[in-house]
Amino acid sequence: MKGDDGVSDTDLAPERLLRLYRDMLLIRRFEERAAELRMAGLIPGFLHPYIGQEAVAVGVCAALGPGAALTSTHRGHGHMLARGASPARMYAELYGRRDGYNRAKGGSLHMIDTELGFLGANGIVGGGIPLATGAGLQLKRTGVEDVAVSFFGDGATNEGAFHESLNLASLWKLPVLYVCENNLYGEFTRQDRHQVVKDVATRAAAYEIPGVIADGNDVLDVRRVARDAVARAVAGDGPTLIEAKTYRHRGHYEGDMGRYRPPDEVAEWLARDPIITFGARLVGEHGVSQKALDGTATEIERTLDEAAAFAEASPHPDPEEALEDVYTETHEGMALR
Amino acid sequence: MRTITYAAAINEALAEEMERDGQVFLIGEDIGESGGVFGVTRGLHARFGDERVLDTPISEEGLTGAAVGASLLGGRAVVEIMFSDFSMLAMDMIVNQAAKTHYMTGGRLSAPVTIRLVTGTAGATAAQHSQSLEAWFVHAPGLKCVAPSTPADAKALLKTAIRDQDPVCFFEHKQLYNAKGEVPDEVEPLPLGVGRIAREGTDVTLVSYLKTLQESLGAAETLADEGVSVEVFDPRTLVPFDRDGLRASLEKTGRLVIAHEAPQRGGFGAEVAAFAAGECWDLLRGPVVRVCGTNTPMPYAPELEGFVIPDAERIARGVRSLVGAGVA
Ligand SMILES: Cc1ncc(C[n+]2csc(CCOP(=O)(O)OP(=O)(O)O)c2C)c(N)n1
Ligand SMILES: [Mg+2]
Repeated sequence: MKGDDGVSDTDLAPERLLRLYRDMLLIRRFEERAAELRMAGLIPGFLHPYIGQEAVAVGVCAALGPGAALTSTHRGHGHMLARGASPARMYAELYGRRDGYNRAKGGSLHMIDTELGFLGANGIVGGGIPLATGAGLQLKRTGVEDVAVSFFGDGATNEGAFHESLNLASLWKLPVLYVCENNLYGEFTRQDRHQVVKDVATRAAAYEIPGVIADGNDVLDVRRVARDAVARAVAGDGPTLIEAKTYRHRGHYEGDMGRYRPPDEVAEWLARDPIITFGARLVGEHGVSQKALDGTATEIERTLDEAAAFAEASPHPDPEEALEDVYTETHEGMALR
Repeated sequence: MRTITYAAAINEALAEEMERDGQVFLIGEDIGESGGVFGVTRGLHARFGDERVLDTPISEEGLTGAAVGASLLGGRAVVEIMFSDFSMLAMDMIVNQAAKTHYMTGGRLSAPVTIRLVTGTAGATAAQHSQSLEAWFVHAPGLKCVAPSTPADAKALLKTAIRDQDPVCFFEHKQLYNAKGEVPDEVEPLPLGVGRIAREGTDVTLVSYLKTLQESLGAAETLADEGVSVEVFDPRTLVPFDRDGLRASLEKTGRLVIAHEAPQRGGFGAEVAAFAAGECWDLLRGPVVRVCGTNTPMPYAPELEGFVIPDAERIARGVRSLVGAGVA
């Protein structure tokens, strides 16, 4: 799925459309099954499910070439899968096994795939924003025509790191896409209780960069907005702030029942499920058969069965491995214990 | 006497201090209606309202700075840092501002703020949600540092911290929140700098605090069966530190082991060891032993985490290494 072929939305072939559908559904099912695995005691750490926001990750990643660099958040599985990561190695990491992406050292909050330019989920809200800015700086310094992408939430835009980064990127015209996934909550706090602005995109005005709103539940709309931002960045015109309006279907993390959210609000957003609505559009408007959608679903279950089996079979780390990887090079006198 | 949890004890201290002094207010992320990620402030918003329990945006530097700033004008803010790791985003306000205010103004101004730092691992919480950062704050002159290990101490010392005229960092261990202990019906503030003997013994003094204190008590129990009598010393506050209390214990035992969850290098244990080596040299019958977290970030997988953090078994091994062939 990585790589934009330059085809505009209206011209996307059914196979490409089906691929977007598949990627969203893969994320959905990956997360649902991860929650079950956690309940079953197989995953020990935190999980912040991406369920409901799939169109954002998939839409943005569909606009990127293979050389893009990405930073993510605590809710990072969707970004990583949309970029093409291996569900098997992701589950192995969540299980805390040796074949995991981070060799069992990171877990959900710190997962990376450097080959995909995926510089990591992040346990620190806002932590990825300056890092993507630096990735953009490095692309620019070395004359690479590509972009850096930072995903972050509405809540993260209240961190100082957001302001400092956008100011730098604007000043230096860095090729960065700042993608705010506004899911209306930062943890248990509604957006109107953590910031006065409704549209995070308006904050772009402070840096004289474009601030664009996308329907975060419409994968094609997200893709369209992201493609424009990529074109602008690659042309040397600097960063864009994209605000994708969306919603997380579940609690902040697995275990949070999300009771602070009004039921009718939840129902309204569930009715706009990005995957169901896109599936219906594919069948209704793009000549994709229901059979093709069902086949995609079956294939995904098989992939995830295999992924979970891979994780299960992967060896536990040897406890002493805790001492490895602190430094790339360990010197005498640097006792690790 | 009642038996309540460490979290409940902290909650009570906050409520009682808010009742006592209208200037006391709470500030932090999701501490209001939702009662905090660990439920420590549950019920306080309903009782004291928006004006006294301030839910903030995710803005650690801003919220900590606001607390410090309010304290300059007489407010008594109690900050909750949801995971102590996030204090790193507020270090300017804590270390460059609050810690030094009294000194650099020649004593004309002080910043009596209390910063509650939620410390240690909760189990597979990995590198950015598990740190034990107390040594960072101990190292900044101007900050007082409190690390209670029991519900009773948590309640009493939080009252002390809130009333103190200086900035106080108050470390709470996540895995202690559900730990229960006896708490008197009426709790008076305890003075800072007075440790306690958590278990009496004659062969070795074991200094420990927070969650590791429980592990140390477990180790002492095991060692008692082996004929080694361990005295467990809980300093309760790291700055100021109860030197006299430790010295008195060393007079009995002549041996010192220090255990904490934070990485060993530059940890608080180094400070205790240096004090003992420098000022209790006459009392020591052997080298000082530290049993601490490894000098690594916190890994995710449970078996890796278990390797990093000292448990009762590892602490017992540390003590055995010191008493060696037998206790003389
Ligand atoms: C610096 C920092 N502060 C607080 C937290 C705790 N925390 C984790 S996620 C989160 C909410 C983030 O909200 P938002 O940015 O909107 O992302 P969302 O969870 O909605 O995807 C908070 C407060 C953290 N991990 N890091
Ligand atoms: Mg959000």
